[in-house]
Amino acid sequence: MILAPASAAGLSRRAFILRSGAFVLGAALPTRVLADVAGAGEGAAAVAPAPGTRVAAFIEIGADNTVRFLSPFVEGGQGIATGMAQTVGEELDVDPARIEVECAPPGPDYQVVNGMRLTGGSFSTRSSYPVVRRLGATARDMLLRAAAARLEVDVDALTTRDGVVVHATSGRTLTYGDLATEALALTPREDVPLRDPAAFRWIGKPVGRIDVADKSRGLAKYTIDHAVDGMLFAAVVHAPHYGTEPKALSNEADVKVMPGVHSIHTLPGAVAVTADSWWRARKAVEALDVTWTDPAPTGIATVAADFSSDGMLAALTGSTAPGVSVEAEGDTAATFAAAAKVIEAEYHAPYLNHAQLEPPSTIARFNDDGTLDVWLPNQMPEAFQKLCAEAGGVVPEQVRLHQPMLGGFFGRHFTYGTGNPFPQAILLAKATGRPVKLVWSREEEFKMDALRPLSFTRLKAALGADGMPTAITSRTVGEGPLGRYFGLSPDSSTVEGITEKPYAIANRAMETVTLRHPVNIAFWRSVGHSMNDFFYEGFLDEIADAGGQDPFALRKALLAHSRRHLALLDEVARISGGWRRGPYTVDGTSRARGLAMASPFGSETATIAEVSLEDGATKVHNVWVAFDPGSVVNPAIVKAQVESAVALGLSETLVEQAVYENGVRRDANYDTYQVLRREMMPAVHVSIVESGAPMGGVGEPGLPGVPGAVVNAVAALTGVRVRSLPLANTPLSAA
Amino acid sequence: MFTLTINGEARDVDVDEGTPLLFVLRDTLGMTGTKYGCGIAQCGACTVLMDGAAMRSCQLPVEAVGPSEITTIEAVEADDVGKRVVAAWIEGQVPQCGYCQSGQVMAATALLKQTPEPSDDDILYGMSNLCRCGTYNAIAAAVRQAAKA
Repeated sequence: MILAPASAAGLSRRAFILRSGAFVLGAALPTRVLADVAGAGEGAAAVAPAPGTRVAAFIEIGADNTVRFLSPFVEGGQGIATGMAQTVGEELDVDPARIEVECAPPGPDYQVVNGMRLTGGSFSTRSSYPVVRRLGATARDMLLRAAAARLEVDVDALTTRDGVVVHATSGRTLTYGDLATEALALTPREDVPLRDPAAFRWIGKPVGRIDVADKSRGLAKYTIDHAVDGMLFAAVVHAPHYGTEPKALSNEADVKVMPGVHSIHTLPGAVAVTADSWWRARKAVEALDVTWTDPAPTGIATVAADFSSDGMLAALTGSTAPGVSVEAEGDTAATFAAAAKVIEAEYHAPYLNHAQLEPPSTIARFNDDGTLDVWLPNQMPEAFQKLCAEAGGVVPEQVRLHQPMLGGFFGRHFTYGTGNPFPQAILLAKATGRPVKLVWSREEEFKMDALRPLSFTRLKAALGADGMPTAITSRTVGEGPLGRYFGLSPDSSTVEGITEKPYAIANRAMETVTLRHPVNIAFWRSVGHSMNDFFYEGFLDEIADAGGQDPFALRKALLAHSRRHLALLDEVARISGGWRRGPYTVDGTSRARGLAMASPFGSETATIAEVSLEDGATKVHNVWVAFDPGSVVNPAIVKAQVESAVALGLSETLVEQAVYENGVRRDANYDTYQVLRREMMPAVHVSIVESGAPMGGVGEPGLPGVPGAVVNAVAALTGVRVRSLPLANTPLSAA
Repeated sequence: MFTLTINGEARDVDVDEGTPLLFVLRDTLGMTGTKYGCGIAQCGACTVLMDGAAMRSCQLPVEAVGPSEITTIEAVEADDVGKRVVAAWIEGQVPQCGYCQSGQVMAATALLKQTPEPSDDDILYGMSNLCRCGTYNAIAAAVRQAAKA
């Protein structure tokens, strides 16, 4: 394995701009986080290799002809390891089923997401697809040239067949394993032709996932499953009020003598016990009688003693601060003045936990040579490496990250300040002089997880005499993770899904107001789109109702200029048996349908949901999604990802919310924090449309259309227009 | 010291009374296929078989196991039904992140042992394990497939 050179190539001068789902590196943007990510100065920038070009950094071929691909991306269920194996295997000519994919260590070679490295933003495949194809093709060419030299034949006389070089004339063969050492010593060619897509055997095909067999047999190893020799187990209890500190322990001596206890520690915002088993450590830490400092009595500058979700929402709703324009077109003031009708509505959505099934954990081990090994889940290695170094008092180059697959993704695995156990594990390893495995209990995870922010948007529309919208304005108040963690201002993650809609509404004025949350906030699958497309698409149905239009017909009229969107609308209507809003009766109960569209992460979706009411609760029977990501690498994985995103979208639509009351989070485990259960899961029907547009994202885009489609269906069924999530908060009865 | 029968073998474990079987499996015996998810028998990631029936090992104190036979995911394919379930899981490409799937496979195996030809409602009410990736439909299809096989 190649260790990373000291510097990460001048990242701090580059930028990170999200626009129209494209991911663009610009010229002068937020230096703070980018510098954090780079973790070093820029002195060595000139000698760093161009990311994604050095074959030896990515492809390892064993003498036994095993093939290992070091992936810039971490697998967390989205199927990226299989996609990488398909893509590199196609060009390298190795069956993807034989390729082992491992998450690569930190280092400039792997910064292939436009000069950075992260697994997120639904960027993995679309950012790396040409790079990974070229790596495979370049490596195959090196193997062919090595074989030509060995066999003393012309390279044109050679072909390959699944990991073997074949000289057809003589029948002689050499495995890639036979040739690997010589091949990797050759200078790579930069102009190796890529395979004709018409001849693809694996790309674009529903190839089986390479991790499914192990995951079906309990053999997949997550961070929490790892162990190292001589380690202590650790458990923590965090301050009940976020931001407060342990002041005194009244029974330390009693706890110290509990069975197996090694040591007791106070940490920033927490207390910890190390012991010879995790269960003993947990029992002991929970037995500690801790006095904590007091939170501020009131306000939203911190998580005060009276902080609540309701109070925060009231602050967002009541804000009179001037907004920053994020989209402006035409003359909204004049259009509103001339409107035949004006409608206005307020929408909001709650905080959400990630609630991934794997509780966070970290193993930290200091070695005699001064290096630090850390096992931890993460989706942005350089950022974690840098913070591990800070916590351990070493330099980033001394930190070896071990990055097992993730037991649930959903945006949980960015650094998030206090939102992860690795700094604590490192401090405990340092304090005890032993390797430490720290596991957060589910209760500590629900307490400390960084949350999808609560958000609020006020929408206003002008309608003409014909019932068509002539102007739309929006005011969003809140804070998003791109602003907090990447310094983006204005923060597109607060308004994505409200801005850059494809609808032909000529006059638009969209604004955002930053009002900082005192709680730790996070990316959450589809980020701002997870709520903003609901706000917009719900309001668009309100526009349809106010103008006496059918919601499907209104969208078609507003999208008459876009063949791509019209095709999606037609496709979702087709797979659902033709658009009908309802209500209509099925098996003696009344059902209705709702429609929503979204343009998240470079992909396009049209979603229809069919609902009824069951004991006052919304029952979703079917969800149909027409999904256009431009082109796909693995249609089976794409369908699975869309269905998974639909499930998470339904979860937040129907039942899910993280609620603050009296300065603390109300729910500490799955008994009260509700997530989608089997009985809430509808039939999901996905149709992939490959329009040939530039490749978009896959993991997140299936989600944003779901809340709008369901809530619009509920409105059609009941006449009740719900403007907040989850639906469980609104009592419903049939119209 | 407790003597447990796990996957057909007698195992002596030196743990405190009250220790959940889950942590005996994972931390004492190093059998990490069984997962910790919630610790309060809500999510089902820790499901094992106890005398052939599904049991949430996070709420099962070690002293309550007694002479019962415990089967974990590590040995599920030694069982004919379990073998069919794993095969159906792979054929149906069920797992995504995979973290809940050991528990899902064990719950499905227990269900099919009890109810070889389950109705959709049997699957719905017989398997309450959570899956945050939302693979519920793929799971139900794989259970039906395993029942047919």
